[in-house]
Amino acid sequence: MTDLRIRIGDLALANPVMPASGTFSPELAALIDFNRLGALVPKTFTRQIRQGNPEPRLAEVPGGMVASIGIPSKGLDYFLTETVPFYRRFAPPLIASISAETPAAFAELAGETAVEGVAAIELNLSCPNLEADGRAFAMVASTTEKTVAACVKAARCPIWAKLTPNVGDMTEIAKAAEQGGAQAVVVANGFLAMAIDAETFRPRVGNVMGGLTGPAPKPIILRFVYQCARAVSIPIIGCGGIATTEDTVEYMLAGAAAVQVGTATFVDPDAMTTIIDGLDAFCARKGIARVADLTGALILPGTAKAAEKEPVL
Amino acid sequence: MSVAVRTTLTNDTVGDAAQPRPRRVIGAIVGNHPLGEHYFRLDVGAPADALAARPGQFFHLRCPPRGDQPAYLRRPMSLFAADPQGGRLSFLIKLVGKGTRALAGLGEGDQLDMVGPLGNGFTLPLQPRHLLLVGRGCGLATLFPLAKAGRALGARVTALVSLSRPASLAIEPLFAAEGTETLLVNDADGSSDPARVERLLKNLPPVDAAYSCGSNRLAALLAGLCKDWRIPGQVALEEPMACGLGACLGCVHPFREEGKTVYRRVCVEGPVFDLAKVHP
Ligand SMILES: Cc1cc2nc3c(=O)[nH]c(=O)nc-3n(C[C@H](O)[C@H](O)[C@H](O)COP(=O)(O)OP(=O)(O)OC[C@H]3O[C@@H](n4cnc5c(N)ncnc54)[C@H](O)[C@@H]3O)c2cc1C
Ligand SMILES: Cc1cc2nc3c(=O)[nH]c(=O)nc-3n(C[C@H](O)[C@H](O)[C@H](O)COP(=O)(O)O)c2cc1C
Ligand code: FES
Repeated sequence: MTDLRIRIGDLALANPVMPASGTFSPELAALIDFNRLGALVPKTFTRQIRQGNPEPRLAEVPGGMVASIGIPSKGLDYFLTETVPFYRRFAPPLIASISAETPAAFAELAGETAVEGVAAIELNLSCPNLEADGRAFAMVASTTEKTVAACVKAARCPIWAKLTPNVGDMTEIAKAAEQGGAQAVVVANGFLAMAIDAETFRPRVGNVMGGLTGPAPKPIILRFVYQCARAVSIPIIGCGGIATTEDTVEYMLAGAAAVQVGTATFVDPDAMTTIIDGLDAFCARKGIARVADLTGALILPGTAKAAEKEPVL
Repeated sequence: MSVAVRTTLTNDTVGDAAQPRPRRVIGAIVGNHPLGEHYFRLDVGAPADALAARPGQFFHLRCPPRGDQPAYLRRPMSLFAADPQGGRLSFLIKLVGKGTRALAGLGEGDQLDMVGPLGNGFTLPLQPRHLLLVGRGCGLATLFPLAKAGRALGARVTALVSLSRPASLAIEPLFAAEGTETLLVNDADGSSDPARVERLLKNLPPVDAAYSCGSNRLAALLAGLCKDWRIPGQVALEEPMACGLGACLGCVHPFREEGKTVYRRVCVEGPVFDLAKVHP
């Protein structure tokens, strides 16, 4: 039996596997045992009720999909009265994912979301900041730091910053989140992308652009995780195209302390629990006592480890 | 196969406790038969809870990897038939793109990974005398199990079968075997024209409830008739899906309610909706 426990800042998790926001809902409880997950991460919500983007919202592309959902939200009251009590029936910590349109609004919502039963708040910083010409919060380091710091101050619970991959240098953003007091960064949200129907000359999603998710962009997100892990000392939660135990191991070797599984759950509802079992078996096979030892254990060319004939890992 | 029987046919109740809970099941293919030029029937071994699926409910099928562009997401397919004695579940599938082509390549003994039953099924009146099914193309697969359910309640069942060409789907004998009368129309000879279909339907003896799937135009037409006839109607909608479980919010259909657009998820709030709400 491998020790699957890990730490993300103040939080102790039973294992490093949790759902990605927007790909997980109460209905899934009919299919998998939520008590087995490392944490529970429901859909991002906003203070106000929002209807979301026009349909069609989904376009399958090779190795993934382009989704333009647009954060439909039932609002803060629904979250506090329905979502929190529902997820508190399960043992894993509840991570609330929130979004707002200005740093001040983020902080205010974080303050109201930090209720009993919410173990941490994940800031979905991939949404447009109305004070910065609609550019996503996590596209600008200073905004990221300001928003995170304001939320840390307003909410008496750990803050995680979920970053957007639509940047040139993510390490600057990750450092800003760390500077602002985030206990972890989640790397990352979907890539801004497009799909066009050649027959009809029309975009395949109603909002013209959407987020590319699934295995297709995985190698790029893996690279972001590797770079961020070298730039910050807070834990990194890898997220992008993870579907198997091997994907999870790759992310952990690159420097992730934990992972989030998104689109893969749509294809295989058991993906997360299969990965948890797989990590146990993988570590046993490799003689690794604690899964946390995988984090950052990548063997780089030119190092003493790489020179060993029989790599221990 | 069971069916909900209620006096009112509105479908606002989500998560009806009596409906079987979905789960992931892997069954072995026991048959794959072409049914016309563009359709095939896939028979698969399934456990009792999957076979308890109701007409209008669907399964999310994982398409086997095939060719150089495998289908990544699952594909939703309605319950077509369930044979509890034989432990056999059937789908009627139209060849559309890569996912359905991959499913068509399944042979006896191959495994099929299914999640279901999903969504809310159709509702039948308590003592129906005459039920009308109005379907086009693959929508006929969704309506078909209502024929058996209606007959089991002692009702006369009439099915309007609309196809692009008569040869594309050979479903008339299957309806006949269920004791259902069919009105066959197609685009090739122009008989599927809405005005002509409307005339056909208006000549029918009184109908107690009507059901539609597979064509927006036919559903709109039927909605008008249901209003005139003062009878309830339901429509099963189709939208591309990712999760099929209510998690991704991707499969929404817009509804106009009190002057506002609200989006409802076809996979969990539907796929069966009140016809009058979809086509007010
Ligand atoms: C609840 C539900 C039940 C269904 N039941 C049946 C059934 O019993 N029999 C049957 O033959 N078909 C059924 N369908 C439709 C079926 O799911 C699609 O035809 C199938 O997903 C197409 O997959 P593909 O890979 O072959 O085509 P793709 O290559 O994915 O797509 C080809 C074209 O079809 C469109 N399309 C893709 N998915 C859907 C979809 N879900 N609905 C409408 N258009 C789509 C695409 O936009 C594209 O233009 C059902 C759909 C839903 C939502
Ligand atoms: C349908 C859908 C909805 C999503 N909604 C959200 C959301 O509300 N908040 C968020 O932070 N990320 C959202 N995401 C992004 C995922 O959480 C995740 O970052 C992304 O999908 C990459 O992971 P994956 O490749 O494992 O899916 C959504 C993704 C998808 C596919
Ligand atoms: S398909 Fe995901 S919510 Fe309906």
